[in-house]
Amino acid sequence: MTTLIYDGTFEGLLTVIFEIYAQNLGLVKLQTGVERDGALFENVLTVVTDEARATRVLKGLKQKVSSTGVQRLYAAHLAEISGEDLNLVGYIRHAFDSAINIEEDYGNKFVMRVSELVRMIRREKHRMEAFIRFQKLTDETYYASIEPDFNVLPLLNRHFKNRYADQKWLIYDIKRKYGLYYDLHDTQFIDIDFSGNNKAGNVMVSFSPDEPIYQHLWKNYFHSVNIISRKNTKLHLRHIPKRYWRHLTEKI
Amino acid sequence: MNEERITEKLNILADAAKYDVSCASSGSKRKNENKGLGNASNGICHSYTEDGRCVSLLKILLTNHCIFDCAYCVSRKNNDIKRAAFTVQEVVDLTINFYRRNYIEGLFLSSGIFKDADYTMERLVRVAKKLRTEHKFNGYIHLKSIPGASDELMNEAGLYADRLSVNLELPTPAGLKLLAPDKDQRDMIKPMGYLKHAIIKHTEEKKLFKKAPLFAPAGQSTQMIIGATPENDSQVLQSANYFYKNFNLKRVYYSGYVPVLTDSRLPALNTAVPMVRENRLYQADWLMRFYGFNVNEIVSKSQPHLDLDIDPKLGWAIRNMQAFPVDINKADLQMILRVPGIGLLSAKKIVSARRFGKLNWDQLKKMGVSLNRAKYFMICNSNEFERRDLTGTNIKQFILATSQSKYLKNNQSQLNLF
Ligand code: SF4
Repeated sequence: MTTLIYDGTFEGLLTVIFEIYAQNLGLVKLQTGVERDGALFENVLTVVTDEARATRVLKGLKQKVSSTGVQRLYAAHLAEISGEDLNLVGYIRHAFDSAINIEEDYGNKFVMRVSELVRMIRREKHRMEAFIRFQKLTDETYYASIEPDFNVLPLLNRHFKNRYADQKWLIYDIKRKYGLYYDLHDTQFIDIDFSGNNKAGNVMVSFSPDEPIYQHLWKNYFHSVNIISRKNTKLHLRHIPKRYWRHLTEKI
Repeated sequence: MNEERITEKLNILADAAKYDVSCASSGSKRKNENKGLGNASNGICHSYTEDGRCVSLLKILLTNHCIFDCAYCVSRKNNDIKRAAFTVQEVVDLTINFYRRNYIEGLFLSSGIFKDADYTMERLVRVAKKLRTEHKFNGYIHLKSIPGASDELMNEAGLYADRLSVNLELPTPAGLKLLAPDKDQRDMIKPMGYLKHAIIKHTEEKKLFKKAPLFAPAGQSTQMIIGATPENDSQVLQSANYFYKNFNLKRVYYSGYVPVLTDSRLPALNTAVPMVRENRLYQADWLMRFYGFNVNEIVSKSQPHLDLDIDPKLGWAIRNMQAFPVDINKADLQMILRVPGIGLLSAKKIVSARRFGKLNWDQLKKMGVSLNRAKYFMICNSNEFERRDLTGTNIKQFILATSQSKYLKNNQSQLNLF
């Protein structure tokens, strides 16, 4: 058993794969960050992320799985669920060691796990696409804050760019402290200093004059469409888990 | 904008529209290629009502004034309620502003009948036209066609809307006659027939010329109210089947009757909404559209009602024990789809995955198969075979004993599809 220490990035992970094949390693463990003391009796290897090596592995991988397959691995990595990178390693090794494309080998535990991870990520991405609520600011930018469980902001780019081509918008991940901004031409990731008067919760001061009106209309609408004789709270909560409520206009 | 007045109108006209269930936003493919606003491509539920239904569209009536007197409808002429009407511009503004804030996927616009069919239809079309041409709006638009509207207006509607629907309201002409004496099923069938041909014609043109205009790309749908009249499930599903086959409908919606009015022709005000029945009808509908079931396999003269305590696929399996067990590692997709507890996605996964090796129970479970039900109807690369000498009735009891809460206690309206 070898413990590989890497930086936790996707490139780092690909470099790990390079190392596994270069040194012909069997069973491995992964650890991010620096070496622990207790590693004395273990076989420990620090892997320094190397772009050239990562690129080589990626190129090889692309010959083994489809481009969607590669994207799925990337999305699964983005989830940032601790311990899951090891399953990605298992998947990639399975892909390299097989003569045929293994993407649909759902009987294999790594393939199955990656498919589960992707489903979890997709679900949250989809929920963000549904539950993001923009608020119109005085400068005509539409602002939304989010706190997803997984780091899905990068995966939201395409959807919102296609959807809102004629309005400026900003989606800000409060948890991870970065945002995605569209300026009518392109999107970019940005950091904002929310200290002092700029607190994310304080956007209200810069609402455009019609913003409260539409928020109010929307809340009204939401209540009007409810059919009381069909009330089903359990089902309601399954669809909109409570943790999303604080960003939903109709639920505030 | 007079905020107070708009709020009041929205409350009245959203409230009156909420009983129409045909409100999904999927099935179109309108792209944002004009640097305009929005795209209609994938159905997104932006919110859920407290009864658990998806909110994806701004669903309102243009007006709840109506010259007709349908017994099941809150907007009927003789019901003493507050009336209101939106202007075309008001609907446009609400739609755009809700869409920009990501509250909705688009608009579902229906209406009471103002003066006559064409007068009303013309206004619905104007809303859609304004959204598309003046605001470069590519979001989803579903217009309810007014029965009896002219072909010219239907044609224009098709050019701007993603989906059009003509509500049948009741599964049989006799039911309609009883509850909606002003309406005639022929007035509903005529625009459906027109739309069917127009959609086919435009689809063919689109194949030849990329630039040909879209025409109701999400097709047409209809709605039937269930439980207001005494039709049985067989009549309901036969009718749905007829309209799927003859008018290329994309969806038939089943709306469990919500008692809102006192009328000797209707179920009493305190009658429960038939939610389980509604759910079963959707499941049966799903079997016809995606699982290759023939309507006669699901209901028949001797079996005119769907089982309320088990889903119709399990019902079929229990009536047809001779077709099982299915060997998961060999059977073709169609047969795997018939195994209770195996859904569309897992069936496809199974067929892909077994190329790599035989599958056992563990693997099937991970793929999303609900073994609780499936185990009685299949064999795979595991030794056990659960059926032993169980009869259909035994199996039903076992399954009910372990999954009852899910089906009956919560009385859910959600489509819990296998
Ligand atoms: S025509 Fe439509 S709006 Fe008018 S009463 Fe009948 S169902 Fe209601």
